[in-house]
Amino acid sequence: MGGAGAADVSRQRHDGLEDPVRFIDERASAAPLMRKAMRYLFPDHWSFLLGEIALYAFIVLVVTGVYLALFYVPSTAQSVYNGTYAPLRGTMMSDAYKSVLQLSLEHKAGLLLRQTHHWAADLFLVAIVMHLMRVFFTGAFRRPRELTWIIGVTMLGAALLEGFLGYSLVDDLLSGMGIAIAYGVGLSLPIIGGPLMLAIFGAPFPGKPEFFGRMYIAHVFLLPAVLAALIGAHLALIAARHHTQFRESKRTTNTRMVGAPLFPAQVPRSMGLMFLVAGILFLFGGLVQINPIWQWGPFHPYLGENGAQPDWYLGWLIGALRLTPSFDVTVGHYTLIPNPFWGGALFPLIVLGVLAGWPFIERRFSGDRAVHNIAERPRDAPNRTAFGVAFLTWVFLIFAFGAADRIFVLAGLSYDTQLYIFRIGIWVVPLALFVLVRRVCRQLQAADAVQAIQEQAEEEAEQETQRPQPVLRSTRSEPTA
Amino acid sequence: MIGPRLTAVIIVALLAGPTAVALAATQVGIVRPTSEPARPSAALGAQLYAGNCASCHGIAGAGISAARPGAGAVPGAGPPLRRVGALAVDFYLRRGYMPLSSIHDEPGDQRVLFSDKEIRSLVAYVAGLGRGPAIPHPVPDPANISDGFSLFTDHCSGCHQLVGRGGFVTGAKVPPLQSIAPTQIAEAVRIGPYLMPRFSRTQISDRQLNAIIAYVQSTSHPDNRGGWGIGNLGPIPEGLVAWWIGAPLLVLSARAVSRRRRSG
Repeated sequence: MGGAGAADVSRQRHDGLEDPVRFIDERASAAPLMRKAMRYLFPDHWSFLLGEIALYAFIVLVVTGVYLALFYVPSTAQSVYNGTYAPLRGTMMSDAYKSVLQLSLEHKAGLLLRQTHHWAADLFLVAIVMHLMRVFFTGAFRRPRELTWIIGVTMLGAALLEGFLGYSLVDDLLSGMGIAIAYGVGLSLPIIGGPLMLAIFGAPFPGKPEFFGRMYIAHVFLLPAVLAALIGAHLALIAARHHTQFRESKRTTNTRMVGAPLFPAQVPRSMGLMFLVAGILFLFGGLVQINPIWQWGPFHPYLGENGAQPDWYLGWLIGALRLTPSFDVTVGHYTLIPNPFWGGALFPLIVLGVLAGWPFIERRFSGDRAVHNIAERPRDAPNRTAFGVAFLTWVFLIFAFGAADRIFVLAGLSYDTQLYIFRIGIWVVPLALFVLVRRVCRQLQAADAVQAIQEQAEEEAEQETQRPQPVLRSTRSEPTA
Repeated sequence: MIGPRLTAVIIVALLAGPTAVALAATQVGIVRPTSEPARPSAALGAQLYAGNCASCHGIAGAGISAARPGAGAVPGAGPPLRRVGALAVDFYLRRGYMPLSSIHDEPGDQRVLFSDKEIRSLVAYVAGLGRGPAIPHPVPDPANISDGFSLFTDHCSGCHQLVGRGGFVTGAKVPPLQSIAPTQIAEAVRIGPYLMPRFSRTQISDRQLNAIIAYVQSTSHPDNRGGWGIGNLGPIPEGLVAWWIGAPLLVLSARAVSRRRRSG
C-alpha cells in the first residue's frame, strides 16, 4: 500500500512539465540543459517561421521518401512493360522507370506519396528562398550569425542538387534530357570536366548502369545525411546566438530579448505550423498533378521533347545557358572553356558565392563590425536592400528567360526579340532598380525621421499644455518683474 | 529639359508607329466573284485562284520564282502548284496557312479566310492542274495508342512536346495539336509544312500514321489521374503553382500560428 502515498505526492504536483523533466534528469542529468531549452525565447513575428516551414517540408520529404524507396529499383536494365497503362504497353523501358510507373499507377497511395514528395521538394526550395530573402533583407546574417548564414547557403546548394537527383532517378524522357544537360555542363568544366564526368558516369553519356546506383545512394543517403547534419548545425548555431528580433517595442534592445518561451508558448505554435505545412503538402500531392511520368514515357538517348524544363529551382540555369552568347575559349585547337560553362557552372557559382560571402562583402563596404541582435527594417539599410533587389532581379530575369519558348507560344513575342530584350534587360533593369530602391529607402527613412520629430514635438506640446496655468502666467510676467 | 532635337525624334517616333500599323493592315481580304455558284466547282476554284493565289503561285499554278508586284502592287513569289495535288491545298487552306498577308510572314495556323465550298472548289481546281496526292482519309484506332505514343516520341515530340502542346523551334512556332483534325494531321505528316520535315510512307506507313493520330487525339484528354493537370506542360506550370498558390498558403500558415492571442 506504499504506492498510495506516492500517488498522493504526484497528485500534489500540478506542474505537468516537472515530471518528464525529473524523469529524464534522473537518468541523464539533463535538467539544466532542458530548462534552458524550454526558456529559449522565440520572436513573435511570422517571418521568423519561414525557415521552420522549410524544416517541416524536409521532414515530409524524408517520410514520403522512405515510402518511395520501398518500391524504387535503381536499375537501367531494359524490359517490356505489360502493366495497366495502355499507352505504354509493349514499350521498352528501364526497371527504374517501370518501378516508378508501377508505384504511381498500381500501388496503393503510391501516386499520392510520390506527388507529395515532389511538391514537398518544390515547396522546400520555395520556403528556403523566402527564408533567405527574409534573413538577407533584415540583415540577420550580420555578426555574430555569419556561420549560420553560410551553412544556410550551403544547404540551398545541397537542396538544389538533391532535387535534381530526385527527379533524375525516374528515368522518364523529361528527366533523361536533364541528365544529358547536366552531363554537358559537367564536361564544360575546364580541364577536369572530361575526367570528372567519366568518373561519375563510368562511360560517355548515358553512362554505365552503375551511374544510377550512384545517383540513388547520393539522393537517398549522402545528401539527406549532409542536409540533416547541416540543419542540426544551423539550429545549434541559432540556439547558441539566438534569433534576431525586430524592434517591435521599446523594451526590445540589442541586448534584451522579448518573445515567447519554447515551452509552453512556442511548442504548440510550431506543432501547429508543422501540421499545417504537412497538410498543405499532402493536399497538393492529392489534388494537383506533378510530373506525370506516364505522359512523358521512358527515356532513350535518341529521344527528346520540345520545351523540356528542369523543376523551377533549376530554371535559372536553363535561362543562363540559353542567354549566354555563343562563344568558347580556345587555345589553338584545344577548347579550354566550352560554352555551357558560363551559364551552367560559372553563373550558379557566382550567385551562391556572392550569397555565401555577402556578410563579409557588406562588412567591407559598411565597415560595420558590431554585434547585431536586432533585425533591421529593409529601409534602414538602403544599400543592402537596393543590392538585394537588383541581385534577385538579375537572377529572376535570367530564370524567366528559361521559359521564353513558352512565353513565345502563349504571348506571341518572338524568341529572338525576347533574346535581345533579356540580354539587355538583365543588366539594365537591376541597375535601374538599384537606384530606385535606394532612393525609396532613403525617402522612407527621411519620412520616419520627420514623423519621429513630429511625435516628439507633439509629446512635448502635450506635456506643456498639461502644466498648471500659473506657471505659464508667471513666465510671461517675468520680464516685467 | 527636352531639347528641340529630342522633341523631333519623339514626334517622328509617335507618327511612325501608327503609320506602320496602317500600312501593314491594308492588304487583308479575299477577292470573290460577284456571285458564287451554290455548289463547289473547279470553275469557282479557278476564279478564286486568279483573284487570291495567282499573284504568288503564278498563272495556272506555274509558280513565281523572283518576287514581282502582283495584286494591289504587293510583291509576290511562291512555289509552283502543278503537282501538289488535293492534299496540300486542303491542308494549307483548312489550317489557314494560306493566303499569306505578306511573303515575309511565317505560314502557320492563322485565320481561315475561305468557306468550305470555296476550299473544295480551290482543291478541285489545283488538283486538276497536274497529278498529285489525294486527300488522305486516316482511320485512327484507339487500340493502337501505345504504338502511336512510341512513334510520336520517335518522330514528333522533339518539336510538338510529349503531350502535343507545341512549342518553339529555331525560326518557327510549333502549333499545339489538340484542335487539328485527323485529316490535316495526316496531310501535314506527308507534306511537312514550313519547317516541319515531311515523312514518306516508308518512314511512317499509313498504319503507323493512324496510330500516331490516335495518340494525338488522346492528348485532348490526357490521363490526369494525379489531379489538376495544369496544362500537361511539366515544370513551368508546376513552378507557377508552387510560387503563386503554395508560397502564399505557407506564409498564411506562418501568420496564422504566430498571431498573438491574449487570453486569461
